[in-house]
Formats: sequence, C-alpha cells, structure tokens
Amino acid sequence: MENESSIKIVSEWDIVAARQLGRTIAKELGFGTVDQTRITTAISELARNIYLYAGNGEIRFELVHKFEKRGLKIMAVDHGPGIQDIRRAMEDGFSTAGGLGAGLPGVKRLMDEFDLITSLGEGTTIWVVKWLRERRFG
Amino acid sequence: MDFKQILESSYREILRRYIEESSETALYQGQMFSRKSIKQQIPPEEIISIHCKVLQDLIPDISTEIIASFDFLIEFMMNYGLAYQEHLSLRDKQLELKSEIEIAASIQENLLETPIPKLEEVDIGAVSIPAKEMNGDYYRFVQDSESISVAIADVIGKGIPAALCMSMMKYAMDSLANSRKNPNDVLTNLNSVVENNVDSTMFITMFYGIYDFVKHSFTYAAAGHERGFYYHASSQSFEDLKTRGIVLGVEKNITYEQYEKEVKPGDMIVLLSDGVTESRTENGFIERSVITDLIQTFMHLSAQEMVENIYRHIERLQNFEIRDDFTLIIIKRV
Repeated sequence: MENESSIKIVSEWDIVAARQLGRTIAKELGFGTVDQTRITTAISELARNIYLYAGNGEIRFELVHKFEKRGLKIMAVDHGPGIQDIRRAMEDGFSTAGGLGAGLPGVKRLMDEFDLITSLGEGTTIWVVKWLRERRFG
Repeated sequence: MDFKQILESSYREILRRYIEESSETALYQGQMFSRKSIKQQIPPEEIISIHCKVLQDLIPDISTEIIASFDFLIEFMMNYGLAYQEHLSLRDKQLELKSEIEIAASIQENLLETPIPKLEEVDIGAVSIPAKEMNGDYYRFVQDSESISVAIADVIGKGIPAALCMSMMKYAMDSLANSRKNPNDVLTNLNSVVENNVDSTMFITMFYGIYDFVKHSFTYAAAGHERGFYYHASSQSFEDLKTRGIVLGVEKNITYEQYEKEVKPGDMIVLLSDGVTESRTENGFIERSVITDLIQTFMHLSAQEMVENIYRHIERLQNFEIRDDFTLIIIKRV
C-alpha cells in the first residue's frame, strides 16, 4: 500500500469497506490473526460511531515507525456534534450496558495508543495505533 | 519463556492427550490450566488462536474450511473478551469505592458521636445501628445544668445521601444552642434549615425532647417522626407518645405543637426510629406490642442493657438481616 489511504464513511456498507481495508493492511504489515481482528474490531467501532453520531466522516490509515517498531495508525475524523462528556464516554459500562458495543474504552483496550480531540459543534478526531509485536518464536 | 509460550506448549500437550485418549483426566487438566490463564488475564480470543494453531500442528491434514471457521470464532469472541476485561476493571473500581465508603463511614461515626449522659436521677440507654455502611438515623444528647435535651432523627432514604444530610443536621443543631429552651422552636428552626439547604427530595423526621431533671418533666415536639412510648410505672402500662407535626423540609414557616409530661419514679420514655417498628419477619411487620413486650421482659436491666437486648432480639427475629437503620433510646427516671 502507499503510506496513506482512507475510506469515507457515509453508509453502513462503508464500515465493512473500512474493516476490509484495515484487515488487508494489517495482514500485509505482518499482524497475526488475533491482532488483525483486534484492529478490525476497533475500526468497526470507530466507523460505527461516525455513521451513527456524525452522519459522515473518514477513516484514515497510515504506517508509522518509532525506533525499530512499526505500527498501524488509524484516524477517525468527523465533523459531527462532538462528544459532550468525554470522561463519561471513556467510562466502562457506559456503552456496553445499552448493548452499544465495546465503546471507546473497548477501542482503547484493543489498541496500544489512543488519543482524542473533540469540539462541540465542530467534530471529533480519534487516533489509535497498534504496534507490531516482535515475534521471538512461532 | 513468557506465559504465552508456556501457555501454548502446555495447551498443546493437554489437547494432544485429550485427542489421543478422550479421557476425563485430560479434561480435568484442561480445566485446571484454564484457571492459570484466567489469572494471567489471557483473553478468550487468544485461546482460540492458540487452539487453532495447535490443531494444525496436531492434525496436519485438517481441512482449510475448519481452520477458516476459527477466524470467524475469533471475530465472534472479540467482544466477549472486551466485556471480560471491562468486568475486571469495574471489579477493581468497585473494591476501591467500597474502601472509600468504609473510610467515610468511620469519619461519619466520629463526627456524629455523642456521649450518653450519666446521671443519678435518670438512667439513659441508646443504640443506633446502620442497615448499610452509613447511618441515616441520628441521635444526640446535650446536657445542661438542669436538663438533658435529646434529639432523634431519621432521613427518609438510606446510605450515603442520608448520611451526608445528617452531618449537616448535627451542625445546624449545634448552632441553635440559644433556642434549646423549647422543643417546638428547635424544630421550627431546623425546618427552615432543611427547607433552605437540602435537596427538595430529601425529608427528615425528628423527635426533640427536653428532660428537666430538677422538676422531672419532659417537654417534647415531633416532626413526622415515629411515635415513641411512655411507660407509666404506677399502672405498669404503655401509652403512645402522640405528636402532631409535618416532616422537616416540606414547607416553609411551620410551627410545631409542644407537649409536656410529668415523669414519676420508674416511668420511662422510649424513643425510636421507624427501623424498629418496620422490622420485618416472615409474617410481615412486627407489631408495636412486640416492642413493648420486649421492654417489659428486660425491664429489670439498666437502660443501656435494655436497648441492647431489644436490638439483639429483633435482629434475631429478622434472621440477622436489618433492612433499615435501627435506633432505640430509653430514658428512665430512677
């Protein structure tokens, strides 16, 4: 892949497209099956949030390096209403209780790095990174 | 080797044994081993991935369809894994909260502690037992040169909000030292404090009395509080301490009626919270007569021994589970 690619999220089908692209990139990078699934689950969650709360937005993929480590960075960008209470949205049990899925705490657990900027009425950007684990065996 | 490597090799061994023997021993080993992996917080999707990998080693000609189905299973189990991790972190949080509440409860206990006055003329006993960690009942004695004032209050509601509210009541009462001459004035003042300061959904019932141990008279007033008893030693009979007055915090500018009783030797004043009368057994609420019977049973004891024995008795009646805060005070003229 090139160093950067993206999928626009407008309809529910775009969530599947974002997952598909994310899985392909993760596989190419050398992530194992479980990590591939973690990454796609996180993409699902982020893309669904865009689809449900912002209407439309974008999922961007980028290869990143830190010293010898290589990883996949995913950005979810939207221009929706923004998150009113971030601490609440990051609280365990808030979204899972209503059957809404893993929620942002779930995304944070699935990935290695997590950051978020949100502004009411202007939108939300979420970055996550998964680092490739050094495989010493197998 | 880190735990994941140990996990993989042990899993392989146990699974191999099971495939070869189909034995209960291998299953038992598997069960024991799963405890270790739970302790190491290995999520379920990781186990499926190991299972799939090991299976390909053990059965080299396994069909690709079966192997592919494990990818589906991993996807399916991912949210279970997340739910499990969430559960672990919520459990830690709960333990943290529990210890904070325990600390708060002990602070409250120290804050609200009131010594029971010891006098030659009157014998006083009191117990107050919270149903949960924090007590929503409160009693307080203040001793002056010729009298003892006694307050017993119950916040409608339980737990932490009720307890916070009680701390405020204590300081409100402390600041009303000057109006402590008349119980009905005390209640009028406290009513406006509660009206002004406490959440509109929070109400407090209160009984306030002053025992003059020179004249041996008891003046009292109440704000929607559970009726107490008056024991006449001469006729060996109980009378309800009837009062009129609305609970604190409902309306502004309320006046309360005040009552007075002449206390003869051997007479008793019994004050309680609704946690006593609303004690529940398998047959429903206990009758008020159960309490007066218990008082009669333990009448030969000191006031403190009486209230403690009554509490223990009612606790046993309810199978040692009390549902509401329980407060009982007995004041007996010697």
